[in-house]
Amino acid sequence: MLGKLTWQAIPFNEPPAMAASGMIVVGIIAILALITRKGWWPYLWREWLTSVDHKRIGVMYVILALVLLLRGFSDAIMMRTQLAMAAGGASGYLPPEHYDQIFSAHGTIMIFFMAMPFVIGLMNFVVPLQLGVRDVAFPVLNSVSFWLTAAGALLVNVSLMVGEFARTGWLAYPPLSELAYSPGVGVDYYLWSLQISGLGTLLAGINMVTTILKLRAPGMTYMRMPVFCWTALCSCMLIVAAFPVLTATFGMLLLDRYAGMHFFTNTGGGNFMMYVNLIWVWGHPEVYILVLPAFGIFSEVVATFSGKQLFGYRSMVLATLAICVLSFMVWLHHFFTMGAGADVNAVFGIMSMIIAIPTGVKLFNWLFTMFRGRIRFEVPVLWSLGFMVTFVMGGLTGVLLAVPPANFILHDSLFLVAHFHNVIIGAVVFGVMAGYDYWFPKAFGFTLHRGLGRVSFWCWFVGFYLAFFPLYAVGLLGMTRRMQHYADLSWQPYMMVAEGGAVVILCGILATILQLVVSIRTRERRRDLSGDPWNGRTLEWSTASPPPVYNFAVMPQVESLDAFWATKQRAAAKAPEQYPAIEVPRNSPNGFLTAFFAVVSGFALIWHIWWLAILGVAGALTILVAFGWMQRTPVEVSGEQLAADERARRSGLVPV
Amino acid sequence: MSAQVGVAQLGAPEPARAGSGAGPAPVRIVVGYGFWIFLLSDIILFSALFATYAVLHDQTAGGPSGHELFELRHAGIETLCLLFSSYTCGLAILAIERRRLWAFYLCGALTLLLGATFLGLELSEFIALVARGAGPSRSAFLSAFFSLVGLHGAHVTVGLLWLIFLVAQTAYRGPLDYVRRRLLCFSLFWHALDIIWVALLTMVYLMGAR
Repeated sequence: MLGKLTWQAIPFNEPPAMAASGMIVVGIIAILALITRKGWWPYLWREWLTSVDHKRIGVMYVILALVLLLRGFSDAIMMRTQLAMAAGGASGYLPPEHYDQIFSAHGTIMIFFMAMPFVIGLMNFVVPLQLGVRDVAFPVLNSVSFWLTAAGALLVNVSLMVGEFARTGWLAYPPLSELAYSPGVGVDYYLWSLQISGLGTLLAGINMVTTILKLRAPGMTYMRMPVFCWTALCSCMLIVAAFPVLTATFGMLLLDRYAGMHFFTNTGGGNFMMYVNLIWVWGHPEVYILVLPAFGIFSEVVATFSGKQLFGYRSMVLATLAICVLSFMVWLHHFFTMGAGADVNAVFGIMSMIIAIPTGVKLFNWLFTMFRGRIRFEVPVLWSLGFMVTFVMGGLTGVLLAVPPANFILHDSLFLVAHFHNVIIGAVVFGVMAGYDYWFPKAFGFTLHRGLGRVSFWCWFVGFYLAFFPLYAVGLLGMTRRMQHYADLSWQPYMMVAEGGAVVILCGILATILQLVVSIRTRERRRDLSGDPWNGRTLEWSTASPPPVYNFAVMPQVESLDAFWATKQRAAAKAPEQYPAIEVPRNSPNGFLTAFFAVVSGFALIWHIWWLAILGVAGALTILVAFGWMQRTPVEVSGEQLAADERARRSGLVPV
Repeated sequence: MSAQVGVAQLGAPEPARAGSGAGPAPVRIVVGYGFWIFLLSDIILFSALFATYAVLHDQTAGGPSGHELFELRHAGIETLCLLFSSYTCGLAILAIERRRLWAFYLCGALTLLLGATFLGLELSEFIALVARGAGPSRSAFLSAFFSLVGLHGAHVTVGLLWLIFLVAQTAYRGPLDYVRRRLLCFSLFWHALDIIWVALLTMVYLMGAR
C-alpha cells in the first residue's frame, strides 16, 4: 500500500536530524498558523500564489533562494565544525553516513535551489522592465516554472524528515549512485527533485529567451539592450541547451535504478564514464548559467554608480557571447583523470584557458568604466569591488587547474573545493547580493539599510577568505575532498581557521536578515517616491517603485543605449493626452496546482507507492488539459485608471 | 509542453519599425518562436540519448546484437507511416488556415490513424523483442535502444493525445486564433518528430542491421 514507506523512514534514533526537522516543522506550522490567524490566505492566494506577474514571480524566486541559502549554509557550517574537530583520534560529532548526506545536500541545495532561483528570480524581475515591456512571453508558464522549482526544493527538504538524502556527492556519480551501492531512497530523492525543478528551469529558460528575442520596446535594437539583458539571454540559451542533457542523464540513471537497465552499471556492458561526461556537458555550462547574469548585474551596478556609460559595450556583448559558446567546449576538464589521452586533455586544457580571455575583457571593461567616473560607494558597489578582487584569484586558480599535469595532482583535493567556492561565492553570491541591494527599492519602493548592508558585505568578504584560502593550502598539502575524518594533525589548524571563516560568513547572513527586518520597520523613512533612487540609466528606473502590474503606462520608445539616461538628459517626457487601455494576463492557479501534483508524484515515485504516483501524474495531466481547454480572457486596465496612476506618480504620490 | 497555455496579449498588431527595433512581435510569432525554442531543447534531449546509444551500441554483454534483432522491412513501414502522417498533418494545417473544416477533420483523422499505426508497429516490435529475451535490462545496448526508440514513441503518443485534444477544441470552439496557434505548434512538433525519426532510422536501424 505505501511501497517502501514505513515508520522506520522517520529518523527517530538520530537526534540531530530529528531536532533539525522538528524545528523546520514547527517553524512551518507557526508561519501557517500566523497566516491563518491574520486572515492573510485570500490575499496570499490572490496576489502571490496564483500571480502570473513576472515581478511577483521574481520576488518569490528570490525569497525561495534566501530561505534555501539558510538551509544550505547550515549544512556548510555543520561540515566545517566536523572537520575542525575530527582530526587524529577524535571522530567529531557527525557519523560518516550522516556527513555524506550533508555534503551532498549542501552542494545540491546551493546550486539548484539557492543560486539558480536567485539568478532566475532577478532575471524574471528585471529583464521585462529593462526591455520596456509588460510581461514575459508566457506569463502562466512562468508561474508553472517557479512552482516546479519550489516543488523540487520542497522534496529535497522532505528527505530530511522522511527517509534520507543521497550520500553520493552533489552530482551522484555512478556506480556509487546505482541501486547496487545506494539501495536507499536518498538518490531517488535527489533524482526526482532535480527532475522536477529542472523541468521548471528549462521552461523558465525558454520563456526568457523568447521574451528577450521577440518582445522588446519599439526602438530597442539588439545593440541597445542593457548588458544585463544580454547576459540573461546568453544564460537562458545555455539553460535551453544544457538542461535537457541533465534531464536525459538523470532519466537514464532512473531507468537503471527503477527498470534494471544497464546504462551506467558495472555489469551488462554499462559505462559509468558516460554519465560523468554527460553530467558535465550540462555542468560546465551551468557554471556560466549562474555567472553570466552576475556579470550583467556588475555591469549595471558599475555603470550606474560611476555615472558613466559602460566602457566597451560591444566588447562586453561579444565577450558574453564568446563565453556562451566556449562553455560547451570545456566539459572534460572536470575529469582529466579519466585518461582520455594527452592530446584530448591538451585540447580541453587549452579551451579552458581560452575562456579566461573574454572574462579578462569584461574585467577591464568594468575597471575602465570606473576610471574617472564619479563613483558612489553604495552597497552594490562594494559587492562589485569585492567580486573583482576575489574573482580574479578564483580565475587564476582555475587556469592552474586547467593545466592537465597540475590537475592530476590537484584533482578532487580541497584545492579544487577552494577554487569553485572562490568563483561561485566571489562572483555568483556577490553578484546576486549586489543585485538584491540594487533592485530591492524597485521591487518594494524603499531602500535597504546601508550600514547593515555594509556589515553584511564585509563579513562575507572577510569570512570568504578565512573559510576558503586555508583550503587552497591544505589541498596543496594533499587533503582530499569529502573526508569526514583525517589522521594528519598538521591539517587541523587550517580547518580551525576555515571554521572561523564560516562563522564570520554566518554573521554576514545574520546582517542581511537584520538589514531586511530593520529596513521594513523603517520603510516610511526610506520610501523612494521617484522610482529612480540610484540615478539609474536603464528603463526599469523610469517607472514607479514598485512598478504597477502593467509596468509602463505607455510603452517606451527607445532611441539609444541607456535609454532612461538619455530621456533624463532631454528633460522629462511630457505626459500624453490620453492612455490607450492595456490588457494584462489574468491570475492562474495552474502553476501552484501543477507543482502540488508534481510533489505528490515525486514523493510517490521515491517511495515506490505506485497508485499514488499514477494519481499524481493524472492530476497534473488533468490540470494541463483543463487549463488548456478553458478560454482565458485578459484583465483590462482602462485608460482612466492609467491616467490617474500616472498623475499620482508624477506628483510624487505613488499609490502604495 | 504547456508552452501554449496562457499567452498574454502582449503583441502589438503592426510592427512600427523594421529590424530588431520593431517592438514586440505579434502573438502568433511569439508563440511559434517559443515553441521552436522548446523543440530545440527537445532535440538536445534526444541528442544525449543518441550519444549514449553511439557509445553503448556494441555493448551487448553476450546478448543479441542489432544485426540479429532489427528487421529493416518493419522499420521501413514505420517510416512510411510517420512520414505520410507528417504530410497529412501539413495538409490539415493548410486546411484550417483556409477555414476548410471538413478537410481539416479528414486530414487530422488520417494523421491520427497513421500515427497510431506507427505506434502499434513499434509496440509490436518491442513486445517481440522482450518475448525473445532481448528486453531493455538484457544489455547496455538494449537499454540504450529501448530508451532512445521508446522516448520517440512516447513523444508520438503525447502528440496523438494532443492532436485529439486540439481537434476536439476546434470542433467545440471553432478555428479561433488561439486554437490555430496551438495547431501550428502541434505541426511543428510533429515535423520535428519526423526529423528525429530519420536520424533514428539511420543510426539505429540502417547502421545497426548491417
